[in-house]
Amino acid sequence: MTGTSIVSLREVKRDYVLGAERVHALQGVTLDVAAGDYVAIAGPSGCGKSTLLNLIGVIDQPTAGTVSVGGRRVDGMSDREATMFRLHSIGFVFQRFYLMPILSALENVALPMAEAKVPARQRIERAAELLDYVGLSSRMNHRPSELSGGEQQRVAIARAIANKPSLVLADEPTGELDAHTGAEIIALFRRLNTDGTTIIVVTHDEELADAAHRQIHMRDGRIVGDAFEV
Amino acid sequence: MKLTLAKASLIRHRSRTILAVLGVAIAAAMLLDMVMLASGMRESFRQLLMSRGFEIRLAPKGTLPFDTDATIPNVRAVTEVLRGNPDIEMISPVMGASIHIPVGERNVSSAALGIDPSVQGDYELLSGGDVTRADAIVANDYLLEQLGAEIGDTLDVGTGYDPQTRSYTGQRRLVVTGRVRFLYGATQQPGSAMRRETLEGMVGPERRDRASLFMVSLREGSDAEQVRGWIAAQLPNVTAISIATAIAQVDQRLSYFRQLAFILGAVSLFVGFLLVTTLVTVSVNERAGEIAVMRAIGVSRAHVVQQIVIEGVAISMAGAVAGLALGLVTARYLNEILSAFPGLPMAIDFFLFQPRAAWSALGLLVVSGIGAGIYPAWRAASLPIAESLRREAIA
Repeated sequence: MTGTSIVSLREVKRDYVLGAERVHALQGVTLDVAAGDYVAIAGPSGCGKSTLLNLIGVIDQPTAGTVSVGGRRVDGMSDREATMFRLHSIGFVFQRFYLMPILSALENVALPMAEAKVPARQRIERAAELLDYVGLSSRMNHRPSELSGGEQQRVAIARAIANKPSLVLADEPTGELDAHTGAEIIALFRRLNTDGTTIIVVTHDEELADAAHRQIHMRDGRIVGDAFEV
Repeated sequence: MKLTLAKASLIRHRSRTILAVLGVAIAAAMLLDMVMLASGMRESFRQLLMSRGFEIRLAPKGTLPFDTDATIPNVRAVTEVLRGNPDIEMISPVMGASIHIPVGERNVSSAALGIDPSVQGDYELLSGGDVTRADAIVANDYLLEQLGAEIGDTLDVGTGYDPQTRSYTGQRRLVVTGRVRFLYGATQQPGSAMRRETLEGMVGPERRDRASLFMVSLREGSDAEQVRGWIAAQLPNVTAISIATAIAQVDQRLSYFRQLAFILGAVSLFVGFLLVTTLVTVSVNERAGEIAVMRAIGVSRAHVVQQIVIEGVAISMAGAVAGLALGLVTARYLNEILSAFPGLPMAIDFFLFQPRAAWSALGLLVVSGIGAGIYPAWRAASLPIAESLRREAIA
């Protein structure tokens, strides 16, 4: 671990009740992620990777333990606090892109800025800059249905960084893409990280995991391996 | 952005939205019609009573005007008593009788009013002249059609007819001087009017100096209820009916209509409410993943709720506007059917358009649209983000 921790988890547990069964998705995870780091979390399906990411992204709450992001305790935050925190401090990238199908690429990128009350003109300018940054300046008025999978994921990345978050969380961002397009997304994450954004990515994709500075391996709700790039 | 998202969400499933708007429009049309029906007949009756400026009517004790064949005796004496009140401006005694006119081998019967043309408030002249002469008669179009007569024709008019012997009594030769429209006349009801003294002369001595009805107009600023009370005290053998009391009596008789209208209106509103709630709930369920993503990227619960409520209100408002037009068309059609009901004055409308009623219906629909959006909005806002995303991924 290098530098100041942007993410800090202590003995975090997360249980789910599925019917009559209690599932222990996370069983006492302790983890620190340094600011500016690029971390890949790998492991078999159901090992708790996405649950860990959801807790760091404040879209879920732990059953036990503490979670701090950017120096703030996020476990136990109210819905309003968590929403504001996500809006300004965290960017999400999902496997299935989840762009608003009814909005253009530009409007999709501008959406979080509108929520953050960025003036209209300013947010359109920034959305256009971000689409240029991800190489889609010529596709900004296209709707998601008119874009390829790789293009949609690039729009989703531009949306994730719209409010200049210090942390971007990505859940299987290349899961729906072919190898070539996946490589473009990996390059984009590298560039983003080089420009100062901390990235935590959950993946099965070895190439994507290899691109990270640090690889965490999980199994049965526990961290079983933590390797830093030499 | 909320408006854009709500609009886009409705446009995304265009045919579904259009069908929902049509459904709401039908419910809105029904609601408007019921609101119009609930108050229309009463208002229409009020306007009819007010149209000629006679604020009080006197009928034989215990009856309504022309409800029975009863009459008020001593017209001159009653008139003298009424003239004693300085608030009374005009007195118009009216006699009602039946007349019978031979046309070839058949007899045509009609209601006839004996009036003073200078103060009458029962008809309006459409063409020709009024009954200024003793041998003049005016008739409505329906009677003229039955008689095959026109202005200038002479008729042998009797006040009695024996169908066994085909003989007429109280007969007099009268000239048709004008075409009129009776304000209180029913559809397809033959009607005529002549001077009161002419009709009195024809009906025989037993009905001389009698009136079926007195119409009384008041000076500006007079208190109708006060004058009505005065008349009731002065003339105990008559029933004095002011417009307010007449409307109260009509209200009592129409309570069935109002209850029916209220129940049907409430059902329409509830159906519209359920329709919008169902549609928006289905839409929210379909977009659970999309809503979870919006929440994940920082869109607040309040904004999600607002967007969903806007969708409900938009459907309701579009339906309400379409329903307003549809309601007016159906009301007109239904009014024509109901107005043809025998015995009802032609001038009475069952469905009377009143801007206030329309605004009330529109307001109710908008409120129900907000209400309809609340449940799906609450569902949307309560979606667990991580769980919804996981379900979406599995799906």
